[in-house]
Amino acid sequence: MVTRVVLKDTQREQRIFGARSLVALGFVTLLLGVLLVRYYSLQINEYEAYSTASERNRVQLQPLPPKRGLIYDRNGVLLADNRPSYTLSLIVERVDDLDATLASLAELVTIDQSDLEKFRGRVRQRRPYDPVPLRFRLDDIEQARIAVNRHRLPGVTVQAQLQRYYPHGELFAHALGYVGRINVEEMGQIDQADYRGTFHIGKIGIERRYEDELHGTVGYQTVETNAHGRVLRVLERFDPVPGEDLILHLDYDLQRVAHEQLAGRRGAVVAIDPLTGGVLALVSTPSFDSNLFVNGISSRDYNALRDSPDVPLFNRTVQGQYPPGSTVKPMIAMAGLEAGLIDPLYTVPDPGWYRLPGDRRRYRDWILRIRGTGHAPEVDLKMALAESCDVYFYDLARRLTVDGIHDYLDHYGLGRRTGIDTTAERPGVLPSKAWKRAALSQAWYPGETLSVGIGQGYMLATPLQLAVATSVLATQGEHREPRLVQWLGNEALEAPMVEPLMADGANWDAVVEGMREVVHGRRGTAKAISKGMDYEMAGKTGTAQVIGIAQDAVYDEDEIDARHRNHGLFIAFAPLDAPTIAVAVIVENGGGSSAAYPIARAVIDAWLEREAS
Amino acid sequence: MSEYVRQMPDNVGPLTRPPGLARKMHVDAPLLVLLLALTAYGLLVLYSASGQSMDAVVRQGRYFVLAYVVMFAMAQFSPVRWSRWSPWGYLLGVALLAAVAVAGVGAKGAQRWLDLGGFRFQPSEVMKLAVPMTIAWYLGARVLPPVSKHIVACLLMIAIPCGLIVRQPDLGTSLLIGASGLFGIFMAGISWRFIFGTGLVAVFSAWPAWMFMLEDYQKQRILTLLNPESDKLGAGWNIIQSKTAIGSGGWTGKGWTQGTQSQLDFLPESHTDFIIAVLAEEFGLQGVLLLLGLYVLILLRAFWIGLNAQSSYGRILCGSITLTFFVYIFVNMGMVAGLLPVVGVPLPLVSAGGTSVVTLMAGFGLLMAVSTEKRVVGQ
Repeated sequence: MVTRVVLKDTQREQRIFGARSLVALGFVTLLLGVLLVRYYSLQINEYEAYSTASERNRVQLQPLPPKRGLIYDRNGVLLADNRPSYTLSLIVERVDDLDATLASLAELVTIDQSDLEKFRGRVRQRRPYDPVPLRFRLDDIEQARIAVNRHRLPGVTVQAQLQRYYPHGELFAHALGYVGRINVEEMGQIDQADYRGTFHIGKIGIERRYEDELHGTVGYQTVETNAHGRVLRVLERFDPVPGEDLILHLDYDLQRVAHEQLAGRRGAVVAIDPLTGGVLALVSTPSFDSNLFVNGISSRDYNALRDSPDVPLFNRTVQGQYPPGSTVKPMIAMAGLEAGLIDPLYTVPDPGWYRLPGDRRRYRDWILRIRGTGHAPEVDLKMALAESCDVYFYDLARRLTVDGIHDYLDHYGLGRRTGIDTTAERPGVLPSKAWKRAALSQAWYPGETLSVGIGQGYMLATPLQLAVATSVLATQGEHREPRLVQWLGNEALEAPMVEPLMADGANWDAVVEGMREVVHGRRGTAKAISKGMDYEMAGKTGTAQVIGIAQDAVYDEDEIDARHRNHGLFIAFAPLDAPTIAVAVIVENGGGSSAAYPIARAVIDAWLEREAS
Repeated sequence: MSEYVRQMPDNVGPLTRPPGLARKMHVDAPLLVLLLALTAYGLLVLYSASGQSMDAVVRQGRYFVLAYVVMFAMAQFSPVRWSRWSPWGYLLGVALLAAVAVAGVGAKGAQRWLDLGGFRFQPSEVMKLAVPMTIAWYLGARVLPPVSKHIVACLLMIAIPCGLIVRQPDLGTSLLIGASGLFGIFMAGISWRFIFGTGLVAVFSAWPAWMFMLEDYQKQRILTLLNPESDKLGAGWNIIQSKTAIGSGGWTGKGWTQGTQSQLDFLPESHTDFIIAVLAEEFGLQGVLLLLGLYVLILLRAFWIGLNAQSSYGRILCGSITLTFFVYIFVNMGMVAGLLPVVGVPLPLVSAGGTSVVTLMAGFGLLMAVSTEKRVVGQ
């Protein structure tokens, strides 16, 4: 057997190894070249792009929402405040496991099903890396629980925001309006850049009307954040400009008095300073807590408000259109005096009813039902106003004609919006032949003119319009648009003048004398409130029929459903020689003006007392 | 003429210089200097990458001390002894891997550790050295270039541990260990025909491998690599952020500890696998070139040691360790720069972590053992 002994050839093996080492070095060089090219291209060729990307990673532009302007009454009582509110939000991109995180959050704070549904809706519409709100208005304990557990909840943030708070919610709900969360529709109308970081917007009332001024201007800061979104430092900051504070003409005490006087009833009180046009009180009852609306009212609360037969959401002062009733008589009288159709000595025979020439229908005076006869055989202007004689004004209205009444009463601002600085104002109706043709496509009937003469029929006015008209009477022709806001920041806002009503001073005096008799006269319809009054007041009562009473039907209040009772109205100004307040009051289904005039007395008392002190 | 050539000239002095202190200590001085420089550079980057934590640097420093001790210790034994021990180390390693498969512990769905009474131990680390050593032992005792049956035997020796490690599952380590074994075969002089033939087979078997062998998360890594933008916030996030870090470093870098990507946590794994991105961001391309320069010098010195080794065992082992070291560099830097899929490969001697540093330095200990082996004069 030959055993093949293989000898190792060391030199050959070294040669092989040398060759292989060269090949390997070649590969190494090649691959190192690949790495170099890659790093060179990233760091040199694409430097700009990656540098920008890195900067964008690091630096974030954050909106700084402005502080909404505060609202004060004329004496500095705070009516609309901003309070911190804590919102639990998630940055979905940074949450590892959304369901698990939601589950752990649910153990820390109460999260109900509707929160979750709304959250999931918002998640679908979010911008990447934007915090999506899950729960609003965390209380202190919830906030602390989140803070303690935050380290194990990546992507969870608690945002503090200032949020509107109305310290006197119900008392000023109608006067101020309220803010609410910005909805989709509003999102389309606002400048979105200006509202970044802001979640609320004025919905109605002053909050809406002065939205631009109250909102302010958004600021920005560029911040350095880490990958978890935590802000590490502020690089640059442009402060937001806070919204302007508003100081209103409204007087907290007056508002409270009016509100208390109306308590439990449906009605409205508007008080105006006739010299400035400033609205001193604007009360509509029943009211509601405007704070409910700030973060989205629950549907249960909203349905309760909406479906209430007392319509608490309805701002009666500017939206409520009522037949003004006899409260228009001073203005009709002025029209007659100015037209030369009557003078203070002119009298009308009053049998308790009036009949148009060639018409058999009797237009009754309200006194007929009580006394069975008229106010007096002959009624002059003073008595006509003091006792609210319908027959006198039937006659005058017939002679003025409806268009004459329309043209004259137009100067008091009836039949059109006063232009007050709030929202939802309604114009009322000051009828004319042209109006009826346009609105109803019907001809005017002469009998309808008589109804207009006593503020009934088609005529409708808002409490605010009546207050403005009263202040025109008080100033003997001066007419200003009513204004709620007195100061916008440091800027005084003047109520714009409307074309004044030029009239003979003697005529004004005659009408005012009649209105004085309403309160102070022996047979004045509001003489009940003159007791203990240490100033002189001019007023006019009014009763507005809610349902038409059939000819000669017996009118019995007790048998009429409470909701079909007459509305009680009263307009007044005081003090007589130099009026500082003009008031209009309406009490729905109050039965008559006696429901209304004590309220006016209380409001005027409060005002004059305040002025005196 | 040839007679004269075989004669030594008289004036060249002694064949070997008298051994210096380093030599006596079995330390390859140039390699040691380069490794120390790399260590220092790495710790500097680590300080910044760990969010300026001195603790992290101290911890890593301790690992390095241990690693240098291991290196020094391993350099004391001659390659002859290492060769003799190689198969036993290999068998022990395979046994440990088998033990892991049966009784291992792990995390995140992988079972990689053995729990030895509170001390966690990763047997696959042993195989990183045991495989190339065994290949070198096996082929070093045979006539080179190796013939087919020897190659098949080597492939089998590589396949057993690799198979066990893939099952853990740890594809990255398995591939690296497989590569280290194959580098040994390559350096031993396997024929090119064999290499190309296998290469063709590999290419054609890639499709079934993709279909049947790769786990979903592995496929995902590859797909993400091909198009990182497809999954911006998921798997692609890491690559986008690391590329951003590297790219935004530019030529000069943002300055030490000034890298926004890493300091603000945008960069994942910034102190371990992705540390090169921190370096690139803060020191720019300059810093990358410095690092590559150090690596290249280490590689060149390692090749030099291999070329001057006195036995096939030493040569094959050096070649294998050197090339594996380079593979670590290439895979890690390529991965972070978005050239390769994200596999868990640390940047050698720079990434934080104890095990990889100790294993790598043990490898350099073997290189030093080879480098300082007593010269046999006259072959």
